[in-house]
Amino acid sequence: MEHYISLILKAIFVENMALAFFLGMCTFIAISKKIEAAAGLGIAVVVVLTITVPVNNLLYNTILREGALEWAGLPNVDLSFLGLLTYIGVIAALIQIMEMILDKYIPALYAALGVFLPLITVNCAILGASLFMVERDYTFGESVVYGFGAGVGWALAILALAGIREKLKYSDVPDGLRGLGITFITVGLMSLGFMSFSGISL
Amino acid sequence: MADASAKQVLFEPIFSNNPIALQILGICSALAVTTSMNVTLVMCAAVIAVTAFSNLAVSLVRTQIPGSIRIIVQMTIIASLVIVVDQVLKAYAYEISKQLSVFVGLIITNCIVMGRAEGFAMKNGPWLSFLDGVGNGLGYSVLLIFVAFFRELLGAGSLFGVSLMPVVNEGGWYIPNGLLLLPPSAFFIIGLTIWGLRTWKPEQVEEADYKMSRHTVKEAF
Repeated sequence: MEHYISLILKAIFVENMALAFFLGMCTFIAISKKIEAAAGLGIAVVVVLTITVPVNNLLYNTILREGALEWAGLPNVDLSFLGLLTYIGVIAALIQIMEMILDKYIPALYAALGVFLPLITVNCAILGASLFMVERDYTFGESVVYGFGAGVGWALAILALAGIREKLKYSDVPDGLRGLGITFITVGLMSLGFMSFSGISL
Repeated sequence: MADASAKQVLFEPIFSNNPIALQILGICSALAVTTSMNVTLVMCAAVIAVTAFSNLAVSLVRTQIPGSIRIIVQMTIIASLVIVVDQVLKAYAYEISKQLSVFVGLIITNCIVMGRAEGFAMKNGPWLSFLDGVGNGLGYSVLLIFVAFFRELLGAGSLFGVSLMPVVNEGGWYIPNGLLLLPPSAFFIIGLTIWGLRTWKPEQVEEADYKMSRHTVKEAF
């Protein structure tokens, strides 16, 4: 249990997807002008990550990994080069399925998250989490916890940035820096703040 | 831009319509791989190759793809190209591919590749699309190399791993600025670069969301 708690804290703060690994930057910068939109996107990312990382973990361990096809009588087959194609396929398909299920059974949630779901397919944080999961060799349980933690960390970062940007629009920024430029510098400062967590060893 | 000349398509994205500084595309990987010039150059070559060939391939099949599944088709083309690049890197530049770790795989979700495939290659012929891919790849590379230049020079006192300014630890005079090797500095350098670029080309400045109105009421004396 202790192991899982330290893993989740690490995923949220120390190894924050957005601020320490720069993942999901495109949507991070583009959708952070309003707090409501940022919250919607953040929740959608948490949900998608908590589902896709464990699913990819199962696929990797039962089919793709070297020697994983032993149950099918093929002990020498190594399909790990197909990894990238599989993960992105799983992510795209799961998001499509989630969209359909939400549309049919929970229309209220669909109305809130609907526009963000397609955007998430090309969010590098999602694919990145799956790739990190493979690189660090997480077990199934760890991958559930890691997916959830990484999502929460990302959501936290985008909410904080949206809050800052809502205030920032009233300030008098030099012409050339307006918009994108000042946002980058803000994110840099936030990232400095999050670095203070990196001293914590769990 | 149907009748755009080849030269325009190739050079426009480098400064006038830079994918990172203006279109906000592909920032994710731009920041993480810029701590040393060697790694950055390999990454740039990989991105140029993938953008160019995915644009070419998408453009070749653009009339055959049904509209409703085009995103999946594009994704498959891009993912296959990235797998090829990844395997080539693992075979011929193993050390660097270790340092790039997951970021080679993340070229798939690099918005530049998808964005150009969807925005340009679906509408234009193969040759122009290929050039557009190379041009956008170059625009991405210019900014990346610029950032990496400062980060490696000021952060480690070297370029391409060759020491230019001997650091104090090794008996030299230069005290390296460790912050430049850490994540936040990349944000600062890109932010400042955008500032510089927009001062040079003022037409890229964004409209303000909110303007301070003039003080019109005279104060009572």
